[in-house]
Amino acid sequence: MSPILFWILTILMLSFGASVVINRNPVASALSLVASFLCLASLFVGLDAFFIGVIQVLVYAGAVMVLFLFIIMLLDLKAENRRHFNKGALAGGALVTVGFVSQFLRVLESFKAGSKPFPALGAARIEDVRSVGNALFTDFTLPFQVVGVLVLVATIGVIVLSRRELK
Amino acid sequence: MDFFSTLPLELMAASVAKTLFLVFLVVLPLVSYTVYAERRVSALIQDRLGPNRTGFPTSLLGFQKDLQLFLGGLGQPVADAMKFMLKEEFTPGHVNHFYFWLAPVLAMVPALSTLAVIPFGNFMFGHKMVVADVNVGILYVFAIASIGVYGIVIAGWASNSKYPFLGGIRASSQMISYELSLGLSAVPVLLIIGNLNLSDAIQYQVNNGWLLLPFTDGKLTAREMLLWIPLMISFVVFTISMFAETNRLPFDLPESETELVAGYHTEYSAMKFALFFLGEYAAMIAGSSLIVVLFLGGWHLPLLPINDIESSMTLSGSILGLVHITTFFAKVACILIFFIWVRWTLPRFRFDQLMKLGWLYLFEIALVNIFITAGILAATK
Repeated sequence: MSPILFWILTILMLSFGASVVINRNPVASALSLVASFLCLASLFVGLDAFFIGVIQVLVYAGAVMVLFLFIIMLLDLKAENRRHFNKGALAGGALVTVGFVSQFLRVLESFKAGSKPFPALGAARIEDVRSVGNALFTDFTLPFQVVGVLVLVATIGVIVLSRRELK
Repeated sequence: MDFFSTLPLELMAASVAKTLFLVFLVVLPLVSYTVYAERRVSALIQDRLGPNRTGFPTSLLGFQKDLQLFLGGLGQPVADAMKFMLKEEFTPGHVNHFYFWLAPVLAMVPALSTLAVIPFGNFMFGHKMVVADVNVGILYVFAIASIGVYGIVIAGWASNSKYPFLGGIRASSQMISYELSLGLSAVPVLLIIGNLNLSDAIQYQVNNGWLLLPFTDGKLTAREMLLWIPLMISFVVFTISMFAETNRLPFDLPESETELVAGYHTEYSAMKFALFFLGEYAAMIAGSSLIVVLFLGGWHLPLLPINDIESSMTLSGSILGLVHITTFFAKVACILIFFIWVRWTLPRFRFDQLMKLGWLYLFEIALVNIFITAGILAATK
């Protein structure tokens, strides 16, 4: 991946991410988040990780965010547009951000392995779908099943909660 | 200038050439002539004539009649396109401007982007006839198709009036529901091929016969006959879901004119409306191409020799390459005619019937079908 492309995509992704927070219109925020996801997916594709890039689009941009947008549109949040910035909260948020970034920079400085370039991959065509499948069904079978049960529990929980609402 | 010297210029030029060929020389003309076919086939079914007499407008220059050089009104799509471009570009006052203008683009771009991974031919001039030969081919198609909902949702929301809004809501719930059965019904094919790459899917069918017609390689084994049953089920579920995904009748609830005027594009006119139209037909073409690639052997024609990367540089090899490309688009055209035929034959579903069909029948059938296919594959290994 060429560094120029990397920087363009990174800057686009971060600016869309910022616009999620800055925009007052909920629909605009949701769409900015979709655009940010798409930039992230292109970063993955640029690193030859096609599978994870496509899954990023399929799951987050294509399924989760469509549902988000659906709900936002049905709620018709006009009041959100008129709200002003809360100065105290803004200052608090900035403080937390600065704290985290400075901590992150300190850790990065001491992480020597991160400054070395990653060795080039041998094969011209990487079978990433096959490798992910193999890993899931051999080394990580138990965690995979546990996650499956967790999702099932969440689904049942949603149904139970929404049933109670109806009565 | 270090950056530009590292670029694989020949590969990039080939990709750009293939994209331009596919979009401007194949898909856009195919879209306009599908619209023409839609009007002529509907006329045929309803015992009318349809648009059959558009020629050169020589009557504008003072002649008595228009010059009829095109047979049977084949100039109609050109006239339609001219009309769309020359009409007034009107934006109603009550809409949300930015999103109102963004929506037609969002409807058009994903439909065309899906075509990037479709292999539309074998080899021409030493290049594989697919824009991006990626190893996640079919997942890419589903991912981009799921992005296609945004154009319609945003159009319905930005129009700020009730019929487009209802149309947008209907379209999004319909497309989210049918994406499931669409994806699941393709899984048996992937199980049999053992790969997500669409070029490999065609290569498998060249070697072993088309998945839906397993005798095209000249032999029919018991395993192929056994696998034909789940494949037929998956083909039917896939095709029905494709009708729902492209918002075509019998599932055109988002734009059902008897209740919603025109659904999500009620407030649109001129070229912005044309972009929705283009997007819908481009999505139809992409869906038909996917059906052809997964079930009907792609560009392969039985009994015809197949060119390879070396022979495609010679004259006979290039002619063969052209025949492969023509075969592919002829198959796509057959599926498109089928789409049109269904539209003018079947009545519209009710919305609750549509949801019931998607969630209670097609989803379960597709799910069970995966287990049947896996069972057959394990038993005959």
